[in-house]
Amino acid sequence: MRSMNMPSWGLPALGAVLIVLAATSDMRLALILAVWFGAWALNAALATRRAGAGLRLIVPLIFGVTLLVLWEMAVQLYQISFVILPAPSAIWARLITETATLWADFQQTILKGALAGYVMGCGAAFVIALAVDRSPFLQRGLLPVGNFIAALPIVGTAPIFVMWFGFGWQSKSAVVVAMVFFPMLVNCVQGLKASDAMQRDLMRTYAASYGQTLLKLRLPTALPFIFNGLKICTTLALIGAIVAEFFGSPTVGMGFRIKIEMGRLAMDMVWAEIAVAAMAGSLFFGIVALIERQLTFWHPAQRRG
Amino acid sequence: MAVTDRPTRTAGALAAMARAVVPVLSVVLAIIAIWYGASVMMNRAWTLDQIQRQNLEMTPSQIIADAMTQERPVLPPPHQVAAEIWNTTVGEPVMRERRGQMQGNPRNLIFHAYHTLWPTILGFMIGTGLGILLAIGIVHSRAMDLSVMPWAIASQTIPILAIAPIIVVVVANLPVLNTAVDQGWISDDTKLLVPKALISAYLSFFPVVVGMVAGLRSPNAMDLDLMRTYSASRAQMLWKLRLPASVPFLFTSLKVSIAAALVGTIVAELPTGARFGLGARLLTGSYYGQTIQIWSALFMAAICAAALVMILGALEKIVLRRMGVRP
Repeated sequence: MRSMNMPSWGLPALGAVLIVLAATSDMRLALILAVWFGAWALNAALATRRAGAGLRLIVPLIFGVTLLVLWEMAVQLYQISFVILPAPSAIWARLITETATLWADFQQTILKGALAGYVMGCGAAFVIALAVDRSPFLQRGLLPVGNFIAALPIVGTAPIFVMWFGFGWQSKSAVVVAMVFFPMLVNCVQGLKASDAMQRDLMRTYAASYGQTLLKLRLPTALPFIFNGLKICTTLALIGAIVAEFFGSPTVGMGFRIKIEMGRLAMDMVWAEIAVAAMAGSLFFGIVALIERQLTFWHPAQRRG
Repeated sequence: MAVTDRPTRTAGALAAMARAVVPVLSVVLAIIAIWYGASVMMNRAWTLDQIQRQNLEMTPSQIIADAMTQERPVLPPPHQVAAEIWNTTVGEPVMRERRGQMQGNPRNLIFHAYHTLWPTILGFMIGTGLGILLAIGIVHSRAMDLSVMPWAIASQTIPILAIAPIIVVVVANLPVLNTAVDQGWISDDTKLLVPKALISAYLSFFPVVVGMVAGLRSPNAMDLDLMRTYSASRAQMLWKLRLPASVPFLFTSLKVSIAAALVGTIVAELPTGARFGLGARLLTGSYYGQTIQIWSALFMAAICAAALVMILGALEKIVLRRMGVRP
């Protein structure tokens, strides 16, 4: 394929010119640019090779490590104030020394607040979707309303739920339930409609009961939609649980810690909490995606050809 | 033929509309009914408590009436919220005079909505622009596809509220912005708006990236081959084939992303000590136990979200019709 009006040596040449230009005024900038273009050239070279499972892991990994290195370099070389941006090494040091606190916060916010709400909200949405599915009237009414509510800033209900359910993890779970319910409901209802008329007719010619049709045809065809909902809800659950802690919480929890450490300008601790939240979020998403791949191996999106 | 056809067609359209509207209306009515029931159930406790303390005699209907007119109800009934919204939008002047200057009136909900909407739209534009550029890069460079896409997904698993306070501190300390304020290029209010806009941009770029990557890849092999037989360059392919083909995808993701941008702005107002904006209104309401104020702010946010999505929907219809897409 022809490249976009740029020969293959274009990018390295552009990089070299930029580095030289930067070197004349500011050596530090030149250094940062050199690392960036070096890593990018490596990635670009790797990307032209045939795709394997290893390549899909290595290329993003190199990119991520490069970003971290650039961050560290920028902070060290330009002496960026600790309040604005702590270096990754400082954050890492906090992750090591404050593991006990971080683990306690993780348990309170993710394992209790977010996970309990996620399971309850998604479970309830699934059950309601099964009920709604039996009535076309309810479907026509609930889908637009559900879509509308799913687009609303439901995070705003956090202060109300904290008022109702107290400062414990229960109020956080309630916020999570409110946040995940409608996106999940809409996806489930759409999923249950996904099987086409021919397939349903075939089931009828087999004299399949409602339960059999549901179990053997409609739930499997609904799985991609259900998992789409489940994946969207993983992030929503984390956001809900952390946001709710800003409106009142016991003296433990990720949102609480971020709020307190912000006030003390202990930015490395705040970033450590964010690192934990990001890892928890990615892990959560990854687990759901993994289960999806196991269950919907037949779907075109999952097939590798 | 066409003339005689018209009445039946209008009748058909009316029937179709009734088919679409009646179920939605009944669901909405059911929600309102449940809401009333729940608010009586939840507010009754306080009324009963008062009766016991003051040894009052009240009939059940009086109790219900009292449960619906409390000043700080656990769950305000719909009409109280509606009245509050009415009083704080129409009942209050948007501008008021203070220290000899006309300023926004913080008692007016429209004033707060304005303070939330402005950064939302700014952030939405930044996010959309970045998202489109990123998507074009991802479609054209395999290295970018492989290295950026996983991190774009990972970036969305970071709870934004966690970074919101950091962004606020960083932006407040940015030398560039401070000099800009000192030089009088931008006002202090505009500076306060920047972190909110950045956070809503962070939330709104992701749906655009995903939608645009799918849209830019949507032309099939035949179309691409045709362009190649015309000896089109990649830039020409982008402008004449990929971008037009991606417009329907773009609008679908824009509607998702503007809702996300609004959530971003409201969340950004929570930990940043913003004085104005719907998020700030939520926060003060929660501090002082003003439940009616919280609910009215929540509904104002819902109205804003609905309006923004509807504006984009109308724009989508116009643009797609101009581009020759038949509904």
